[in-house]
Amino acid sequence: MTLKELWHRLGSPKWFYQMSGPWQRAFAILSVLLIVAGMAWGLAFAPADYQQGNSFRIIYVHVPAAILAQSVYVALGAAGVLLLVWRMKMAQLVLENLVGFGAWMTALALFTGAVWGKPTWGTWWVFDGRTTSTLVLLFLYFGLYALRRAIPAREAAGRACALLAVVGVINIPVIKYSVEWWTTLHQGATFKLTEAPAMPASMWAPLLVNVLGAYCLFAANVIAKLRTAILRQEQGTAWVREWAGQRVRP
Amino acid sequence: MMFDSWQAFFAMGGHGLYVWMAYSAAVALLVANLAGLRAERRRTRRQLEDQLRRRAEEGSDASQAP
Repeated sequence: MTLKELWHRLGSPKWFYQMSGPWQRAFAILSVLLIVAGMAWGLAFAPADYQQGNSFRIIYVHVPAAILAQSVYVALGAAGVLLLVWRMKMAQLVLENLVGFGAWMTALALFTGAVWGKPTWGTWWVFDGRTTSTLVLLFLYFGLYALRRAIPAREAAGRACALLAVVGVINIPVIKYSVEWWTTLHQGATFKLTEAPAMPASMWAPLLVNVLGAYCLFAANVIAKLRTAILRQEQGTAWVREWAGQRVRP
Repeated sequence: MMFDSWQAFFAMGGHGLYVWMAYSAAVALLVANLAGLRAERRRTRRQLEDQLRRRAEEGSDASQAP
């Protein structure tokens, strides 16, 4: 199968549904294994920070949550482009079904950040570049949620949400570079593409495990949500009726 | 293992409250996420099956009608 064929098939809800069951299971199992291992490693086996002590261990949930919060939004922006330019059916489903997951991850990043800030900075919250732009991200998710419900016509709602999602992607580089542009309490990035991490491997290895686990969780969530949404959207079609029929008869 | 005892592990060198708050929030969210996905899936499946059953009943009623 060429890449172009794969692309076209991914745009077909029926093909996606029929192929994606095993993918979902694989990502779900991987995410559980990685996250359980990464959390245990980070909590009990990674060394404590020489300045922050054991509160440093919050990094192993805070960073993966923050990475997902932004990655989910980028995925929504990409789906927005696909929907606005190519009217791809699957892109609309992505836009409709991932907002909640992204919002919860953003909330978790903000919460774990506050809980880490208290013993480290001496305050739960401070309005600086990183925290404020992440709060804006949460409000963007709220905006997408509200906009979808404010417009009754599904297609029009999809296009409005796509536009908001695409425009809102501007906030992502602001979050990323906020710790470099402005003076801030927030520490810099742990992982950079251009340099080795500043912390020793015994500290960043469990973080890497949890970040990978977070991406597997993201993939499993996308697939699971799309599969359910596809059944609902395609409920009049012969293949869905056949699918339900197999479950009714025995 | 970085801790000498379970007490030391739970105390986290005085940061126990913060560390465990962060981790329990993460775990609670993961569990809720999984439960939500399963519930949605189940609801959709029931709905589709009911629809099909209803359609089948209507179909058989029509054939029995004089």
